[in-house]
Amino acid sequence: MSDAGTIALRLALSHPGFALDVDLCLPGRGITALFGVSGSGKTTLLRAVAGLERAATGRIAVGDEVWQDSAQRLFVPAHRRPLGMVFQDAALFPHLTVRDNLAFGLRRVGGTADAVARAPVTGLLGIGHLLERRPGTLSGGEQQRVAIARALLAQPRLLLMDEPLAALDEQRKAEFLPWLEKLHDELEIPVLYVSHALPEVVRLADHLVLLQAGRALASGPLGELLPRLDLPLSHGEDAFVVLAATVGDYDARYALLRLDIDGQSLWAPGPPRPPGSPVRVRIQARDVSLAISPQHDSSILNSLAARVEAVEAQPPGRALVRLDIGGAALLARLTLKSLDQLHLGPGAAVYARIKSVALID
Amino acid sequence: MPFSDADLAAVGLTLRLAGLTTLLLLLAGTPLAWWLARTRSPLKGAVGAIVALPLVLPPTVIGFYLLVALGPNGPLGQLTTALGLGTLPFTFSGLVVASVLYSLPFVVQPLTNAFAAIPERLLEAAATLRAGPLDTFFHVAVPLARPGFLSAMVLGFAHTVGEFGVVLMIGGNIPGQTRVVSVQIYDHVEALEYAQAHWLAGGMLVFAFLVLLALYTINPPGRRGL
Repeated sequence: MSDAGTIALRLALSHPGFALDVDLCLPGRGITALFGVSGSGKTTLLRAVAGLERAATGRIAVGDEVWQDSAQRLFVPAHRRPLGMVFQDAALFPHLTVRDNLAFGLRRVGGTADAVARAPVTGLLGIGHLLERRPGTLSGGEQQRVAIARALLAQPRLLLMDEPLAALDEQRKAEFLPWLEKLHDELEIPVLYVSHALPEVVRLADHLVLLQAGRALASGPLGELLPRLDLPLSHGEDAFVVLAATVGDYDARYALLRLDIDGQSLWAPGPPRPPGSPVRVRIQARDVSLAISPQHDSSILNSLAARVEAVEAQPPGRALVRLDIGGAALLARLTLKSLDQLHLGPGAAVYARIKSVALID
Repeated sequence: MPFSDADLAAVGLTLRLAGLTTLLLLLAGTPLAWWLARTRSPLKGAVGAIVALPLVLPPTVIGFYLLVALGPNGPLGQLTTALGLGTLPFTFSGLVVASVLYSLPFVVQPLTNAFAAIPERLLEAAATLRAGPLDTFFHVAVPLARPGFLSAMVLGFAHTVGEFGVVLMIGGNIPGQTRVVSVQIYDHVEALEYAQAHWLAGGMLVFAFLVLLALYTINPPGRRGL
């Protein structure tokens, strides 16, 4: 609560067959993903923050501004909340040109339509050449970029995005994601980003809220939640962790990047990058095997010294092991038989052999 | 000159009646249509049905009840008398009141359909862009409902021009006051002045065709919100 920009949400809402009940404190910077399957309440939560769910009760505070406090009978209507919202289907006004769509919110915060072309966000999102077009003539990805710019031009203190990629096909998604990443680096306001697609969340989000059946199972930095054995994130076939690393050398002969993580190193294939730059890597639990000794007689390039923190049996016949590699956590999926043969339990010193390391950004 | 002075007076009166009726219907029908399109009130069905009544009732039924209600002993008649307006039957004002009621569905229904076709999402998007309810209504809903407004105006106007039964019952047949074109044609036919009747009736036919042609050209069926 000490951070001036913190977003405090305590909200309850019930519909027949569905109840939302969350109490969250979210960071005032970066992208927070509201993640869950459909029906988990993520979109309802986002709409309640926007003031579009009048039946929601509780308290919403963004920094020092209180938008809703049912105990005080305070409900700031949606159009008086300084927020921007990007809907799944862009929701551009079909009767207005792109320029007038962009100017819609801008005019209402005291701007003028001619500021649209000069606005940095128009350039950032690459829509300067679309200004005279009608929304109906734009591709899905272009529409979403206009929708984001339109929301940002109204100078929001908080940006809400409701699955902005869901309506796009795979190719458009791939084209669109880099725009969002660029935005992530430039934006100074916090973003709440609803998604049910983990790959997207991993690329974009800093903070993760895991929603299930209207409740928040967990809320925390992405890197901390992914390796938690008690959360469903680690239970799937594709369980993985994301590690923050620093670029070291580049081995041009083998086209490999050296990445430094907590005093240890990994080699990852990839184009050269400036030494010292931050990078995130994704390591799947099924690509990690464990060994007791630091053998160098295998084709596997990467081996990290680690300590077993916790083990969770995943019947039938398998186990997930959480490892500490000197601060960060790694997941390894083994068979129960290997676990027993190696006598692995909490505290055991092992070597994690990593078959594949993928750079995320 | 195929039209007599009485004919021209009837045409002028008809246009004045239809214009005023359309204007009043747009003013009253727009909020009503917006409410019908957006409300979740349990009254929606009943109000919608009342609005649609003139579509199925014989004009004589509406004319009869209006005559009773607006007459000196009717509740509305007593109200207008108390307000110093006198009684409305057999006056131009009475015709306007009757026409507004009789043409109500022809304005409200296209508007309701046009408003209902606007995705809720767009209105919500406007709200998140700082537009208040009235701002959203005038800058998002009304422009998007434009085809509906066009249909409503054309149909409301044309239907008022074409009414006969209600006019005869409420307005009677007072030259310059309540004698509209449809009544004038009736008079000509009664007097066996077929040539005069032809000119007016033919004029009405051409007018109705042109109006509908314009409507279907500007607003092809399926987009009119009717």
